[in-house]
Amino acid sequence: MNLIWFLLLVIGTVFAIINGKLDAFTQALFDGAKQAVEIFLFLIGIMALWLGITKIIEDSGLVNKLSKFFKPLLLKLFKNIPADHPAIAHISLNMIANFFGLGNAATPLGLKAMKDLQELNPDKETVSFEMMLFLVINTASIQLIPFTLIGLFSQYGAQNPTAIVLPTIIATFISAIVAITVLYIFKYFYKDRCSKY
Amino acid sequence: MKMVEIINYFSKLVIPLFILFVVLYGYKSKVKLYESFVSGAKEGFEISLRVLPYIVAILIAVKGFQASGAFDLLKKGFSSLFTFLNIPAEIFGIALLKPLSNSAAVGVFVDILKTSGADSLVAKISAVILGSAETTFYVLAVYLGSVGIKKSKYLVPVCIISDLIGIIIAIFVVKILL
Repeated sequence: MNLIWFLLLVIGTVFAIINGKLDAFTQALFDGAKQAVEIFLFLIGIMALWLGITKIIEDSGLVNKLSKFFKPLLLKLFKNIPADHPAIAHISLNMIANFFGLGNAATPLGLKAMKDLQELNPDKETVSFEMMLFLVINTASIQLIPFTLIGLFSQYGAQNPTAIVLPTIIATFISAIVAITVLYIFKYFYKDRCSKY
Repeated sequence: MKMVEIINYFSKLVIPLFILFVVLYGYKSKVKLYESFVSGAKEGFEISLRVLPYIVAILIAVKGFQASGAFDLLKKGFSSLFTFLNIPAEIFGIALLKPLSNSAAVGVFVDILKTSGADSLVAKISAVILGSAETTFYVLAVYLGSVGIKKSKYLVPVCIISDLIGIIIAIFVVKILL
């Protein structure tokens, strides 16, 4: 993350100077900061809403029923998480939110899952394998129906706006599997390198 | 058009229906709904506040990068490679933007819909990329930041490589299926 941030800013600044776009560049920095606060304000409300709903799901025991669907798969993937740990439930809920396009519910639930994973993490400053696995699955963004895109397609007069649904599902599933595989390959070589030194 | 209407209706229905279901189930299980909701909601502010610095950091970097013209040059450089591979060059813009910013990527997508038409191959490939990729850097920054992780080990390269492969998969799936 350090390197990415460094590269984005340094390349950005250098290009802004070369292209004579310093005004626009500086303005963009301020806009970015402003937009972050807007997202933050929006996020507080959304977080409160979904974490409130989540608490009802937990207190009523609905969480066990909802997470049943993903639990066998998740327990296989996340071997180091105890079966009755809340992390499994929150990861399940996050996946359900992503799956059914409950849009802004995914972030609050995902952050809650991260909190649970951090409790299990022996080194609080270093990311655990479980966290990486969770994030990799998450960034592959498994979604059943891309509502926004279908809306745009029909708005711009596509003959069959829903034609992209099946390809999207297939692409997203393959990408998720590939992403998990890439993670495991990295894990293998990382271990290798560490044991050498 | 019927199918679209049904899907649109479903998309409007899913959140209200989910909340209704949760509340009804909670009522049946004799949960003190109001107290339960409020105690859960309390956490919202704390978590949001914790992720704010990370959102600022990632957004200024991304916005600045876009505004500097570096992004355009990158796009130009790669578009010849894309043309060579017989892939529409516009797709590169989407593929490059999506991990950085969702709204910017959707903006480019709307441009493609306008210029190439909603039934074009470019529009379809772009849509599948948009639907199957995530705003990776934003997610990484916010999720890791929320729990104070400083060392991300090999997570970033894994995500970048997976994103790249994901884009290639998206192009292939569309070319085969549509």
